[in-house]
Amino acid sequence: MGRKIKIKTEDISVFYRDFQALFNINIEIEENKVTALIGPSGCGKSTFLRTINRLNELIEGTRTKGQVYLEDVPVYAKDINVVALRKKVGIVFQKPSVFPMTIYENVAYGPKIHGVKKKNLLNEIVERSLKAANLWDEVSSRLNSPAAQLSGGQQQRLVIARVLAVEPHVILMDEPASALDPVSTSKLEELISELKKKYTIVIVTHNMQQAARVSDYTGFFLNGYLVEFNRTSELFVNPRDKRTEDYITGRFG
Amino acid sequence: MLIDEAGGEMSRDYFAGNDADLVRRKLIEKIIEKLLMFSAGISILAIVLISLFIFAQGLPLISEIGIRSFLFSLDWSPSRGEFGIGAMFIGSLVVTFSALLWAVPLSLTVAIFMAEIAPAKIGEIMAGIVELLAGIPSVVYGFFGLIIIVPFIRNNLGGNGMSVLAGAFILGIMILPTIINISRDSIVAVPREYKESSLALGATYYQTISRVLVPAAKSGIITAIILGTGRAIGETMAVVMVTGNAAIIPENILFPVRTMTSNIVLEMGYAVGDHQAALFATGIVLFVFIVVLNLVINILKAVKRNENI
Repeated sequence: MGRKIKIKTEDISVFYRDFQALFNINIEIEENKVTALIGPSGCGKSTFLRTINRLNELIEGTRTKGQVYLEDVPVYAKDINVVALRKKVGIVFQKPSVFPMTIYENVAYGPKIHGVKKKNLLNEIVERSLKAANLWDEVSSRLNSPAAQLSGGQQQRLVIARVLAVEPHVILMDEPASALDPVSTSKLEELISELKKKYTIVIVTHNMQQAARVSDYTGFFLNGYLVEFNRTSELFVNPRDKRTEDYITGRFG
Repeated sequence: MLIDEAGGEMSRDYFAGNDADLVRRKLIEKIIEKLLMFSAGISILAIVLISLFIFAQGLPLISEIGIRSFLFSLDWSPSRGEFGIGAMFIGSLVVTFSALLWAVPLSLTVAIFMAEIAPAKIGEIMAGIVELLAGIPSVVYGFFGLIIIVPFIRNNLGGNGMSVLAGAFILGIMILPTIINISRDSIVAVPREYKESSLALGATYYQTISRVLVPAAKSGIITAIILGTGRAIGETMAVVMVTGNAAIIPENILFPVRTMTSNIVLEMGYAVGDHQAALFATGIVLFVFIVVLNLVINILKAVKRNENI
């Protein structure tokens, strides 16, 4: 069984006006694995995550150099269809960003904008996505109530269901558990382990225990550089770089 | 042991030593509190007294001739003792709604452009310019209408130019700033995550604006429209100057029209007795309009709060 590379980056650098946030990042991310990105605040790990679905360009004054390959297709090519790219790469943010609509409408939003009109099909997608996000049992009786009424953990799983509804290939998570209580966090981690059977997951986290628990590979970022990238089991036990060791043993950050 | 005693001593000193200072600060606190209450009391008193006065002046006449015939009778001839503001009532509504008809879609388009499409810096500059538009005195708008718009309508569309259309045009311009800036603020206030989430799901910019951002800003946008409506209904000077002021129901938008506000300002100079009371009664109708509009805004805010829980 050979490793299959889902995402590959080539010398990715990101500039925000005069500030360089990332320096020549080269990573290969394996299919159906969870890859965790760790590092202190402001180290560029979130910025890197957002290069994969080209979200950085929504922020005025941002420039990206280098190339990202998603399934061997160059993401930063001139003729790329950004809408199609983003459909393939879902993202979950730190703050659960449910839309001010009903639970049903939140999940149906993606399929609807991509042209699904049939009520039956929409119902089916909503149910399937909520089930896959381990949320169906908790909300099936109140699909038409406002999503804002759900707890933080439920909202975060609803956001994941919304992402799953457009059938992405990759799911990016930007500190998805940092606003959640411990119980919701462990539910979310459980969900991540289930999702990796079908999806490739990249998760940014400042919680090293979480990275150690959920991920197969871990990358350590510092000041815009990728210091070390390895199997999670290796990186946490035998860090090759002194800075990685200092960080995971809690000497800074 | 020693340390404990010293600590006890110190804390006793700490509380004792500040007595005088504490009393002084409490006194200042009290004075400021009273001063603020006094100011608030005066402004509330002023509002209550003015309202009472208007109602005391106008209400007896309304109850004498009946609210229905006062509001809907088309016969306004003070010299014969006929006080029906039907034509003016309808005039106010017609001019206001004609103004909203074109100003609302334009304002919303501009607000969306400023909030979402233009670069942030340009959006800010535009907001400043729009703000400036709100600062121009209404008599200047009226003058502009009288010199430019009225002749234009007379020469190109017919009639004598003083018309519903001229009023709707000038009023529309005057309420643009209100609707644009409040709508823009409410669109800008939509959390950035909504926009990013929508785009990250593969939505286009247009889909994101129309299906997520505008619905999320809905209550702010409705508030903006209602405030614009209030401003339009209450506007007087510019309207008096361009609408011709005939107390008739206009047959089409090229006909002259008289609004309730115009009615008051045109006749207050010489009105006495029942006539004056009738003008105050017209003021009551305007007053009720504005109160209802404000109530709607407050209800919207309450609904919005409930939704967010």
